Amino acid sequence: MAAPSPTPFSRLFNSSVDARPTSLKTATILGPKLKSGETEQAHLRLLTSFKHLKFKASKEPPGLTQQLDNRKLESLTESENGCDLFEDLKHRFLRFKRRKFKENLDHFQNLAQGQAPKFMIIACADSRVCPSIILGFQPGEAFMVRNVANLVPTFESGPSETNAALEFAVNSLKVENILVIGHSCCGGIRALMSMEDEVDSSSFIRSWVVVGKNARLITKSAASNLSFDQQCRHCEKESVNHSLLNLLTYPWIEEKVAEGVLSLHGGYYDFIDCTFEKWTLDYKASNREKNSRFAVKNQFYWC
Amino acid sequence: MARKQTLEAAVEGLKRFLSEKEDSNEEVAAKIEKLTAELRRIDVAPIDPTEMIKRGFNYFKTNNFEEFYHELAESQHPKFLVFACSDSRVSPSIILNFKPGDAFMVRNIANMVPAFDQLRYSGVGAAIEYAVSVLEVPNILIIGHSRCGGIQRLMTHPEDGSLPFDFIDEWVKIGKPAAAKVKATFDNLPIEEQCAHCEREAVKLSLINLLTYPYVLTGIANMKLQLMGGYYNFVEGSFHVRNFETHFTTPVTM
Repeated sequence: MAAPSPTPFSRLFNSSVDARPTSLKTATILGPKLKSGETEQAHLRLLTSFKHLKFKASKEPPGLTQQLDNRKLESLTESENGCDLFEDLKHRFLRFKRRKFKENLDHFQNLAQGQAPKFMIIACADSRVCPSIILGFQPGEAFMVRNVANLVPTFESGPSETNAALEFAVNSLKVENILVIGHSCCGGIRALMSMEDEVDSSSFIRSWVVVGKNARLITKSAASNLSFDQQCRHCEKESVNHSLLNLLTYPWIEEKVAEGVLSLHGGYYDFIDCTFEKWTLDYKASNREKNSRFAVKNQFYWC
Repeated sequence: MARKQTLEAAVEGLKRFLSEKEDSNEEVAAKIEKLTAELRRIDVAPIDPTEMIKRGFNYFKTNNFEEFYHELAESQHPKFLVFACSDSRVSPSIILNFKPGDAFMVRNIANMVPAFDQLRYSGVGAAIEYAVSVLEVPNILIIGHSRCGGIQRLMTHPEDGSLPFDFIDEWVKIGKPAAAKVKATFDNLPIEEQCAHCEREAVKLSLINLLTYPYVLTGIANMKLQLMGGYYNFVEGSFHVRNFETHFTTPVTM
């Protein structure tokens, strides 16, 4: 993610906007103004859709099958922008349909019956680091979790979206590999490193990235002589290792790693130089004390 | 042996193909995709995970990196915040061909967006806050899909008598209102069809939950944010998408 300027995130909210539903200014506010003293009543309903495009695949005749379901409620009109966006998504999907889906129909039909991915990936939500693109994962190959700063909370921290996915991937899908991928210029890590010690409770980002606080502590002690940018880079990698250690706090993960049926890997993608580092946790050789360093093996650097 | 022959035939086919002239780029690209996919599936040895990602990365670096990265290294300006399922079959980068820089992407079980709760759901909140307040994405797209395991769990547990999954069950219960609505409306249908309805209903619920985040509401009020729900059906090979809008109906004079 791009590095944000160090503005407390709470100040980014425009406090002068009236956020009550009745004052929503959309292009579709309708009906005569309410006049005081009269008994007119406006009715607010929360509704979905009315601009509905459906793109169908190969079973249809050649060319594009498109249904425009344009049930208009009151005088709901689609803005210029909305139409372009649907067109954009349509072209994207049809391209996938032409180049991949139709050409590999058998494979997709098999996949529809069930998935058996070998990998679980934990990557950042950053738009530049999609593992499907940079590591070429095809449909069916990788179960993927993406969150801010590719963090893994500990078992003790309680249920969350990331560990629900872990539980599914490890205990249900029985993946053989978990790969945590960090990356350069991560805004989430930068936010973690920029955090002041006093708690500013109004920001979600702060509440989340604090999961990585141990990585920040280690970085501050190991790399305090480096520039802030270099410290962030150090923390990006440290946080991956920290996440691997957090993975081992889950008993059903540690059990499988000890048995040798599950491997934990760390990765680091640098999109400035286009390089990728990868390493594997060497469980047997690791020191088993809490928060200590662990051993790695199969370390690679591709450039 | 048969495997190796098929592999060699595929390689030969690719070589022959590349040396021929083709009129249409689409045809070329589609055929290359098909042959590449075949080659990837036919492997003479069991897949080594390191080898697999090394091949993927080398392909990306050779073919795609240059095109994107000079501007993107500085900063990102994605047009979308996407919520998609972690399911290995539904990567939006593949289905909707999102290129690097296009979409800030959150992937979780059953593509859920819980209502605002800074204690329990800080991960999702952090992603929404970052995308909407810092990156100022103009569109949020939530994509549901067919045969979703998370939705199936929501719809069938604990009635099916299965053992609890501590974390999964706690997560998917975000979708309980959607499941309740589907069960009330479609209880005459087989469970698979009810699940399919719930996959779509859960997307609608997640869109409504987005409105509980103050920065989302601000973005909508300022007409800078558009919310959309999508559904990818990989059984029939279709995708549909709809806007989520709010408005007042005409007042009724009493």
